Amino acid sequence: MIPANFEYHRPSSVDEAISLLTRYGDEGRLLAGGHSLIPLMKTRLAAPSHLIDIQAIDDLKQVGEAGGELTLGALVTQAELIASETVADTCPILREAALLIADPQVRYCGTVGGNVANGDPGNDMPALMMCLGARYALQGPDGEREVAARDYYEAAYFTAINEDEVLTEVRIPVPAAGHGYAYSKMKRKVGDYATAATAVVLTLKGGKCASASIALTNVGQTPLFAEAAGQALVGSAVDGKAIAAAVAAAEQIADPVSDMRGPPDFRRHVAGVMTQRAIETALSRAKGG
Amino acid sequence: MAKMHIEMTVNGRSVDGLAEPRMLLIHFLRERLGLTGAHIGCETSHCGACTVDLNGQSVKSCTVFVAQANGAEVSTIEGMAPAGELHAIQEGFTQEHGLQCGFCTPGMIMRTYRLLQENPDPTEEEIRVGLSGNICRCTGYQNIVKAVRYAAEKMNAAKEAAE
Repeated sequence: MIPANFEYHRPSSVDEAISLLTRYGDEGRLLAGGHSLIPLMKTRLAAPSHLIDIQAIDDLKQVGEAGGELTLGALVTQAELIASETVADTCPILREAALLIADPQVRYCGTVGGNVANGDPGNDMPALMMCLGARYALQGPDGEREVAARDYYEAAYFTAINEDEVLTEVRIPVPAAGHGYAYSKMKRKVGDYATAATAVVLTLKGGKCASASIALTNVGQTPLFAEAAGQALVGSAVDGKAIAAAVAAAEQIADPVSDMRGPPDFRRHVAGVMTQRAIETALSRAKGG
Repeated sequence: MAKMHIEMTVNGRSVDGLAEPRMLLIHFLRERLGLTGAHIGCETSHCGACTVDLNGQSVKSCTVFVAQANGAEVSTIEGMAPAGELHAIQEGFTQEHGLQCGFCTPGMIMRTYRLLQENPDPTEEEIRVGLSGNICRCTGYQNIVKAVRYAAEKMNAAKEAAE
């Protein structure tokens, strides 16, 4: 499997990367950890003639937390996310999900920015970022703009980013202390994409659900923010009836294709099961269990 | 397109050569440097037979362009027994029958090396998770887990004896 040839660039700053993207237009592609793009290039589904490797841009490797916001540089790897105490303390669902991505070797390479940016519906981080209400910083020749994760995904591999922009940072509002969370993923084996997966973050107040946010992985052209499913829980005691309503709402928006993971009906059903499990786990964590 | 001048340190030795940037690291190691220990199994980053250590991390060298590894430090199975004496991990795999056909073994050993650097005393579960990116089609993994434990104990004993 030999990819098409390309010219290799290794910029040392975001500005330099942007000017290369501007110069090469749709012939240029950014390369981060490479574990999405290189397989596409091997099968020649992608054949950029200029590959812009951003590994040397140290500014994009920081994890930070200030003012109720967790910031992840685009080049933070899954392995670094798993090892980060800041992440474990403020937003543990990120660690839980990262541990379900691929395998150790791939997690050393795979980056948060690459996972959220490229629009592969199989990736786990996009639904998670929708669930968390994250925003993506996109830097281009005219400066920076922010796009909400919930607005970023348009279709499989089509997103709101422009050709001359670099996704530099993911900004996550830190969930309230004591929140419940879970990322439940059904996969056939280590390294597989989800048959279906669900991210849940919820908070309780006086035994009732004060807020709930739910999103689904790999059961549509894009990750899906299951707004109605979350709303079905708010105000309830998260009892069986409320959970059933949330599961039904999640199943209703799930629109998976048939693939080797199963036919659409099965995968939709799995999306419901994952949603139920994630809600139950999140609930028990919110109660301190 | 032009070839690139590639320099890297492989098993402590500086090497260089010309290569197209699209060349995969595994091909550079095997075909240019003659280091055929790392194997090409699936070539799709699933099987782990091509695992090498790159800048202190285990990577699947079939999914790294040689251009990305320009300037890097690489360790392969060939670097594990520089003085002709088996490394504790290699000894573990022989003593505990951690291999049958041996195809996956160079990748298993390089991954084990990094795992034990990060976690010198792993539990059985941590070993299984740590090696989950390496597929073995012969052993059923039981003896590989034992081999890793053997190596961990031997390396820890050697460390204690040195202190």
